[in-house]
Amino acid sequence: MSLPFSPLLPIDASAHGPALDRHLILNLAIALALLAITHLILLIGLVRSRISTQRSIWAVEYLPLAALALLFAALTIHAERLWASTRYTGADPAALQVEVTGLQFAWYFRYPGSDARFGTTRPQLADAPAGNPLGLDPADPTSADDFLSSNLVLPANREVDLRLEAQDVIHGFSVPELRIKQNAIPGQPQHIHLTPTLPGTYAILCTQLCGLGHHRMSANLRVLPQPEYQAWLKAKEAAATQ
Amino acid sequence: MNRIFSTDHRTIGLQYLLLAAVAVVIGTIMSLMMRIHLVWPDRFLPIKPEDYLALVTLHGTLMLFFVLTTAPQSGFGNLILPAQIGARHMAFPLLNAASFWLTAVALATLLASSFVQGGAAISGWTAYPPLSAVASAGPGQGLGMDLWLASIALFGIATTASSINTLTTIVARRCSGMTWQRLPLTVWGWFTASLLSIIAFSVLLAALLLLFLDRHAHASFFIPAGDLVSGTLHTQGNGSPLLWLHLFWFFGHPEVYIAILPGMGLTSMILANFSRRRVFAYRTMISTTLLIGLLGILVWGHHMFVAGLNPFVGSAFSISTMAIALPSSAKVLSWLATTWRSRPRYTTPMLFALGFVSLFITGGLTGPILAQPILDQYLHNTYFVVAHFHLIMAMAGIFGLYAATYYWFPLIANGRILSERLGRWHFFTTFAGAYATFLPMHLAGLAGEPRHYSQLTGMASASSRLLGRQLPLQDFITHAAFLLAEAQLIFVVNLIQTLRRPGHASNNPWDATTLEWSPPIAPDAEPSVHREPCEYAADGSFSPQWEPAHKPE
Repeated sequence: MSLPFSPLLPIDASAHGPALDRHLILNLAIALALLAITHLILLIGLVRSRISTQRSIWAVEYLPLAALALLFAALTIHAERLWASTRYTGADPAALQVEVTGLQFAWYFRYPGSDARFGTTRPQLADAPAGNPLGLDPADPTSADDFLSSNLVLPANREVDLRLEAQDVIHGFSVPELRIKQNAIPGQPQHIHLTPTLPGTYAILCTQLCGLGHHRMSANLRVLPQPEYQAWLKAKEAAATQ
Repeated sequence: MNRIFSTDHRTIGLQYLLLAAVAVVIGTIMSLMMRIHLVWPDRFLPIKPEDYLALVTLHGTLMLFFVLTTAPQSGFGNLILPAQIGARHMAFPLLNAASFWLTAVALATLLASSFVQGGAAISGWTAYPPLSAVASAGPGQGLGMDLWLASIALFGIATTASSINTLTTIVARRCSGMTWQRLPLTVWGWFTASLLSIIAFSVLLAALLLLFLDRHAHASFFIPAGDLVSGTLHTQGNGSPLLWLHLFWFFGHPEVYIAILPGMGLTSMILANFSRRRVFAYRTMISTTLLIGLLGILVWGHHMFVAGLNPFVGSAFSISTMAIALPSSAKVLSWLATTWRSRPRYTTPMLFALGFVSLFITGGLTGPILAQPILDQYLHNTYFVVAHFHLIMAMAGIFGLYAATYYWFPLIANGRILSERLGRWHFFTTFAGAYATFLPMHLAGLAGEPRHYSQLTGMASASSRLLGRQLPLQDFITHAAFLLAEAQLIFVVNLIQTLRRPGHASNNPWDATTLEWSPPIAPDAEPSVHREPCEYAADGSFSPQWEPAHKPE
C-alpha cells in the first residue's frame, strides 16, 4: 500500500488491519488539512489590513460548523462500521482457541490440546517454579492435554479467538503489527478475535502500566504458514501428553 | 503571621501561583530526568525502573493537579475574578485561606512520598487497581501509595471548597449592572470549571475512599476474588477493577476541561482586546463554554475503549466524544473571526493567546481520531496520546497561564509591566520548543511505541526491533524538551528584572474594557457596569464596562 503516512506504521499482518490503516490515514490527512487551513486563515487574517464590514454569524460560524458536523459524522459512521465488524460479534465457532494470561511480568499462552477444552485453573495452585504459573488443576481431566507456551504461535489466515485473562493486575495485550489492543483484567475474562495474515515474528507488548517490569513484559508472536503451524502443534501436543 | 496566613483573596491567589510555580519546576525537572533516561539509559541517569515509574506518577500528579488545576482556577481566579465582577472579596475568605493551606499540605504530602520506604507510588496518576490496591504489587505501592491517596484526597477537598467559593462569589457578589450576559468570558470559564470541579472531585473523593478501604479494611470494591499478586491471594469479596476506571475517568475527563476552560475564556478576551474587536459571537461563546462543560462529563468512557467494556458502550462514548468537537470548533471559528483582518497589536499576552489558539487546534484535531474506538485500539496508550494531551492540555494550558501572567502582571505587581522584548523571545522559543517536543511524538505513537516504558531496547527480540527504531526520534524529542525547558529561563530573568524596577504603568496599560482595569473608586462607592466587555469602535476608541452610557460632554 503506497498511501501517504503508511510508511509511518509498522507492517500490517492482520485481516482487519488494511481497512483500519486506510481509515487512520484518511483521518490523519483530514486533520493535517484542517490544521493547514485554520493556520492559513489565522495568518492571512493577521497579515492583511483591517476590514470593518459586518460579518454574518451564519457565514462565519454556523455554516462551517455544519460542514464540520457532517465531516465528523461521516468519520464516526465509517469508524463504527469497522468497529462493529471486528467487535460486535464473537468469533466463528471454528476459530482456533488460545488463552492469553498476563501476570507480572510475562505473557502465557495456553492451548486447549486435542480435546479442544481448557482445564480449570485455581489461583491457589499457581506455582511458577514448579512449572504451573497459571494454577492448572491436575484433578481436572480436561487439563491433561493443555499446554503452555511463552510465545504465541498462530497459523496464518485462520481466525483465532483469544481469551484474555490477568492473574494479578490489569495488563494491556497489544500487537502493533496486528493492529490490536485489549486490556486483560483480573476477574473478568475478555474475548477478542482476529485473523493474522502475514507470516512473520511480531512483538507482543504490555500497554497498561502494570508495575516495575512493565517495559520488559513482552513476548513474540510467530505467525506460521498452516503446515508449519501443524508441525509445531503436533510437537507441543506430543510433549504435553507424555 | 498575618501576611502569611492571610484571608485576603489577592494574597491567597499569589500563594496559589507560588505553589504552582514550585510544582511546575519540580514536575519539569522530573520530565527531563525521564527523557534523559529514556534516550541514554546507562550514561547519565541509570535509574531503576521503579524510579522511572515513580517519576511518571509524580510528574503527572504534580502537573495535572498542582499546576493545571490550581494556577488558572484558584490562582488567577482569586487574583482577578473579584475585581473583574466588581466584588470586593471572595464570598468565604476564611474557607479560601483554608483551601490554600490544605492544598499546600497536599503538595507536601505528595513530595514526602518520595522519601518513604519503597519510594513514591508507581501506578501513574490514574492509579489503576489492583496495582494501586495491593501493597505487594510493587515498590512504592505501600506507604508511598497511601501518601498519594492522602495527598489527592486533601487536594480534592481543598479544590471542592475553593470551587464552591468561586461559584458563590460569581453568583452572589456581582456588582450592579454585571448581568450574566455581560460577564467577561474568563468568568464564564471559571464558572464552568468550578461547576465541573465540584461534580468531578466529589466522585474522585468517593473513589479514593473506596480504594483506601480496599487497601486497609479488607474491602474489595476493586479487587476480584482469586486475585494473586506476588504470592498474596485475595479471597474476600469479588470486586471489579473496572469500577475504579469508571469512577476515576468520570473525574479525570472533566479534569482536563477544568484545566483548559479558564484559558479559553482568557484567550477570547485577549484576542478581542489586542485586535480591538468585539469577541465574535459573544453569546455563542458563553453557550459553547457551558456545552463543553456539560459534554465533558458525558464522555469519560472514551478512556476505556480497550479496557474491557461492552463494544456497544464504546460506540456510545465515541459519539458523545465526537460531539465535543463541535463546541470546540465553534470556539476556534470565533477566535479566527475575531482576529480576521483586524488591526492586531502583537504584545506578549497577544502572542501567547495566539499560541494558545494554534496549540489548541493542533492538539485538538487528534481528539476526533482518538474518539474512534477502532483507531483507539491501535493508538491507545501510545505516544500519539501523549502528544495529543500534552499539546492541548499541558502546552495550551501553560500558554493560557503565560498569557494571564503577562496580561495581568501590572495588577499583580503594582503597575510593573514585564519586558516586551524578553517576552517576545520567551514566546517564540517556547512556541518552537513546544512543537518540536510534542509534534514528533505523534510519529512514535503511529509506529506503535507505548508510553510508560523506561527502556526501548534490551527486551525479547521482536519488541526491541519494533521499539529500537524509535531511539533517534526520541533523541530529538529529548533535545527539544531541553530547549523548551531552557526557554523558560528567559521568563525567570524577565520576572526578576521587572520586579527590581519600580512600576510605572498607567491604570489601564492595555486599553482593556473589563472591570479589573477600572481606575480606583472611593472606598465607600460601589462599582457598576454599563455594557458588555470588548466594545471597540472602528476608529480604535473603546468603551470600558465601568463607563456610564452617556459620557458628560
